[in-house]
Amino acid sequence: MTQERYELNKNLAQMLKGGVIMDVTTPEQAKIAEGAGACAVMALERIPADIRAAGGVSRMSDPKMIRGIQQAVSIPVMAKVRIGHFAEAQILQAIEIDYIDESEVLSPADDVYHIDKTKFDVPFVCGAKDLGEALRRIGEGASMIRTKGEPGTGDVVQAVRHMRMMASEMRRVAGLAGDELYEAAKQMRVPLGLLEYVHENGRLPVVNFAAGGVATPADAALMMQLGAEGVFVGSGIFKSGNPAKRAAAIVQAVTNYNDAQLLAELSEDLGEAMVGVNEQEIELLMAERGK
Amino acid sequence: MRIGILALQGAFAEHAAMLQRIGAECFEIRKVADLDGQEMDGLVVPGGESTVMTKLLHGLKLFEPLRREITGGLPVLGTCAGLILLAGRVEGGRPCFACMDITAKRNAYGRQLGSFETEAPFAGLGTVPMVFVRGPYIESAGKNVRVLARVDGHIVAARQGNMLVTAFHPELSRDERIHRYFLKMAEGYGREKSAVETHCG
Repeated sequence: MTQERYELNKNLAQMLKGGVIMDVTTPEQAKIAEGAGACAVMALERIPADIRAAGGVSRMSDPKMIRGIQQAVSIPVMAKVRIGHFAEAQILQAIEIDYIDESEVLSPADDVYHIDKTKFDVPFVCGAKDLGEALRRIGEGASMIRTKGEPGTGDVVQAVRHMRMMASEMRRVAGLAGDELYEAAKQMRVPLGLLEYVHENGRLPVVNFAAGGVATPADAALMMQLGAEGVFVGSGIFKSGNPAKRAAAIVQAVTNYNDAQLLAELSEDLGEAMVGVNEQEIELLMAERGK
Repeated sequence: MRIGILALQGAFAEHAAMLQRIGAECFEIRKVADLDGQEMDGLVVPGGESTVMTKLLHGLKLFEPLRREITGGLPVLGTCAGLILLAGRVEGGRPCFACMDITAKRNAYGRQLGSFETEAPFAGLGTVPMVFVRGPYIESAGKNVRVLARVDGHIVAARQGNMLVTAFHPELSRDERIHRYFLKMAEGYGREKSAVETHCG
C-alpha cells in the first residue's frame, strides 16, 4: 500500500464520522439500515449475539452473500475477517470490499500475529481496548480504530471502559516531556512515531469509533460524549423489536448527542431492546482476543 | 464572516478547521435551533454519505429552512456528498435540495479501491490537488452552470450563481484556494445584503 492509498483509506473513515455503521445479514436488512440512515453496513452471516450463542468456530462470511449486500445498497460495505487471517482478507479485497474489519468477534486464526495490513490496498478497521493496542494496529496499517466492547451482549460497559482508557492514556501521553516518549513507547510496545503524533495532537492519527454493546440512542450518545467519532451497532438493531425505528433513532442520537431533549424524544416507543447479557454472565470475553 | 457548516454527518470538522485557519468564523448546524438568530454569510454542505444527510435533513426539519436560504442566494459550498445534495438530478440516488441544474452520478468511480488523488486545473486558480473518496462526478450541466474543473473529461467542479460544488475534497488537502474562493463569494453576498438593507432602511 502506498502512502497515498493509506491517506485515501484514512479519508474514507473521515467521511464515516458522525455516522452509524450497522451489522446486517441479508440484502433486506442492508436496505432497512440504509433507509434508516446507516453511513455504512457490516455484512456478516450471523450477528455477534448469534455467533456467541452458536459457539464453535466463526469465519469470514460467504463472498456471495457479501456481494448480494454490495448490490443492494449504495453506501460503503464492510466485512469481517479473523484476526491474522490474511487469506480471508485477500478474498475480501478481491471482491472490492470498502473496509475490512479484522475482528475479535470471529475466531482468531493466529494467536500471535495480526494481518500486515500495509500489504493491502483496501482499508482496515481494528478493535482496541487501550492506546497501546490502537497504536500497534495503526502501526500494522489499520486506517480506523474502534473500541472492543463485548459484542452481542447489549452491555455497553466494556466499550465505555475502552473509550475512557484510551482518552485517559492520550491525556497522559500529551503531558509527557519529549524525552520521556522513548521509554513510554518501549513500555507500551508501540512505534515511537505514532506515540509522538499522539503527544503532539492529543488524539489518534486515525478516526476512532465506539463498538460493542451499543443498544439504545442513549448508549450511542454516551459513547459520543466520551469522545467516539461514530458508532458501530451490531446485534442491537436487528435483535430488537422495531429495527427500522431503533436504527433511525440511533442515527439521530449520534448527530445530536448533546441534546437531551431530543434524546428523550428519540428514546420513546422504540419497542423491545435486545435482551442483554452482563459481562459476568458470559463465558467468552472476545475483547481478550488479539492484543 | 460567519459560515454555517452542516454538521449532521461526515467530514464537517475538516471544513471548519480550514475556514477558521483563513479567518472565517464557523458554527455547526445540527438542528433547527442552531439557525436561530445566526448571521450566516455562507453555508458548507460537507462530504459524508448523501443518503444519511438527506434522511437527517428531513428528520431534523432542517430541509425547508436551508433550502429557502440556498434558493434565496446564500453562498453554498458543496463537496462530494454536498454536490449530490445540491444536484437537480442524481444518477443512482434521489435528489435532495435539487437547486442546481446538474446531473450528479453517485459513486462514479466505484468502490473504495477506485478512490484516488490527482491534480487538475481549476478555472482562475491554476492547478489544485483533488482527493476523490468514493466520489461522484457531474454527468451533465445546464447552460447556466459554469464548469470550473474536469478530470478525465468529467466535470468535477462547477458554479451556478452562488452555488459552488466540487466532486473532490478540498478540505482534505492543505491547499486553501478553493475555500478562499468560496469566502470571496460569501463576502460579496454580505456586501449585497447590507446594501439592500441600507436601501430598504
